[in-house]
Amino acid sequence: MAYVAVKGGEDAIAHAHAWLAEARRGDPAVLELSVAQIGQQLGLAVDRVMAEGSCHDRGLAALAIKQARGDLIEAAFLLRAYRTTLPRFGASAPLDTAAMLVRRRISATYKDLPGGQVLGPTFDYTHRLLDFAMEAEGAAPPEPAPEAEADGAPMPRVSGILAQEGLMAAEPASDAPPGDLTREPLAFPADRPLRLQALARGDEGFLLALGYSTQRGYGNAHPFVGEIRMGEVAVGLTPPELGFEISIGDITVTECGMVNQFAGSRTEPPQFTRGYGLVFGHGERKAMAMALVDRSLRAAELGEEAAAPAQSPEFVLYHCDNVEATGFVEHLKLPHYVDFQSELEKIRTLRATADAAQREAAE
Amino acid sequence: MTIAAGYNFGYLDEATKRMIRRAILKAVAIPGHQVPFGSREMPLPYGWGTGGIQVTASILGPRDVLKVIDQGADDTTNAVSIRRFFAKVAGVATTERTTDATLIQTRHRIPETPLREGQILVYQVPMPEPLFRLEPRVTETQRMHALADYGLMHVKLYEDIARYGHVAISYNYPVMVNRRYLMAPSPIPAFDNPKMDRMPALQLFGAGREKRIYAVPPHTEVRSLDFEDHPFVPIRADAACSLCGSRDTYLDEIVTDDRGGRRFICSDTDWCASRREEGR
Repeated sequence: MAYVAVKGGEDAIAHAHAWLAEARRGDPAVLELSVAQIGQQLGLAVDRVMAEGSCHDRGLAALAIKQARGDLIEAAFLLRAYRTTLPRFGASAPLDTAAMLVRRRISATYKDLPGGQVLGPTFDYTHRLLDFAMEAEGAAPPEPAPEAEADGAPMPRVSGILAQEGLMAAEPASDAPPGDLTREPLAFPADRPLRLQALARGDEGFLLALGYSTQRGYGNAHPFVGEIRMGEVAVGLTPPELGFEISIGDITVTECGMVNQFAGSRTEPPQFTRGYGLVFGHGERKAMAMALVDRSLRAAELGEEAAAPAQSPEFVLYHCDNVEATGFVEHLKLPHYVDFQSELEKIRTLRATADAAQREAAE
Repeated sequence: MTIAAGYNFGYLDEATKRMIRRAILKAVAIPGHQVPFGSREMPLPYGWGTGGIQVTASILGPRDVLKVIDQGADDTTNAVSIRRFFAKVAGVATTERTTDATLIQTRHRIPETPLREGQILVYQVPMPEPLFRLEPRVTETQRMHALADYGLMHVKLYEDIARYGHVAISYNYPVMVNRRYLMAPSPIPAFDNPKMDRMPALQLFGAGREKRIYAVPPHTEVRSLDFEDHPFVPIRADAACSLCGSRDTYLDEIVTDDRGGRRFICSDTDWCASRREEGR
């Protein structure tokens, strides 16, 4: 019998899955992690998976994280694959983030502003020292943080404050239904709602690096954080059988409004322009990066030179989706031996031709 | 076999299947033209054949007999996994015999057994755009297709010949379909290209991540790009299959030791096994 190529059959797959399940559980002597624990104590991971999985469900996101062994891109993929199977029975009304029940709201452009600055639960100003006390289990839960009475004053958005003075470029209002990437394939030119949808689902790391690149000269950004706010907003929906809007629940979102310089053009006076970021949960890094990239993608529409990667809608939008990216990068581990064989034969042929040419030249 | 509970026949819902069938009909009507479609997230990763799977899921009927191959083989892990997926969510009969199949989903190969009228070959496609290595901007390549402006590719082939004496493309070798559209045949070896020409079976191509579907209807001319003085040459390893002795099929090279030992076997496992049975 000649050599038989090693091929993976059904058994190999089944056994690999069994091994995976065992590895997922880890040492059975250690207590199993519950989905509720992930939801409560790894909340920011849950937020990220909901954002990149573009499905707001804390329980399912926590389950996905458990199933994915903490691989957040794998978890986002699990959530997306589930999301596709869900029926669609409507679209919500636009979120009113000005009416947000704010847990955190900071502005880097004004020392004080209506509604004030609210630091909220943030890593900012923590000293990044490993807290070895946390290694011990069974410690008493931390004392509740001191609470202040909310003063109930409205918290207008900073972009609105600037717009009042005419210093912030107006955004064209539109009641047109926004495009939907999950139903229609991306096409160019992609309008801003479509770009924002792609960025909101986009990979945090990719957007972070792109946003960073605009700060380092690849895109010439001059951003200020007009405002970051995080808290609960009501989701409104108008069921056709009712005909009026009802609130179907509250979700946590993080919104970032970046204020950017704009030198002006022949038709527009110098003014500020907006970069906008909005993500599910508490995701400041993502919201800020998204706002930077949103603004840089507006270069062409604002008549700015658009040469940097972060200014190219095709470059950014085709590559920001980590479920697509991870699929195509990781598919390289699938068998390619048919193609590789043809490459082998081709390179042998090319080398033979080159050798013959060299011999001829030597003679 | 029964269908897994909770899933529609073929996994996708009927509205999605209809959307995909419309894209397929358009693709068949304009051979070689890439039709955008609302590709869905599948329970398998992008890159594992989600485009082919969606095409198959949309056209599969209860009486179909499905064959799935990867690298020409029925027993490679991904082929096994996709075949199991359809057995689970559609309950269709599956086969490893090319002649018994009504629908064949493939990655990287065309079966050696000539396909006949009534059969459908579904290709999994990673990059549907034949020009993407020369021009990454989709907005630009769409313009080139609209104008049938394929000078860029001809220049690339010419430069290869000038530099190496040969066209340096060994797989995913570009083809002209129906003398109009430049098309990526998917990463099949160039050896398989001639099989596409005037094939009696319907050829469908699904690219899930790139969200494109294209098609070659039965008996359509498919010509590998070349020049009169440098005609297209399909290449294969110059050897015989060590299992069935074939000298005219595409072979995989098997490294047998670390001292340069090599063996060659047919990449099409069904063809090779059938030949050995006949020879017995």
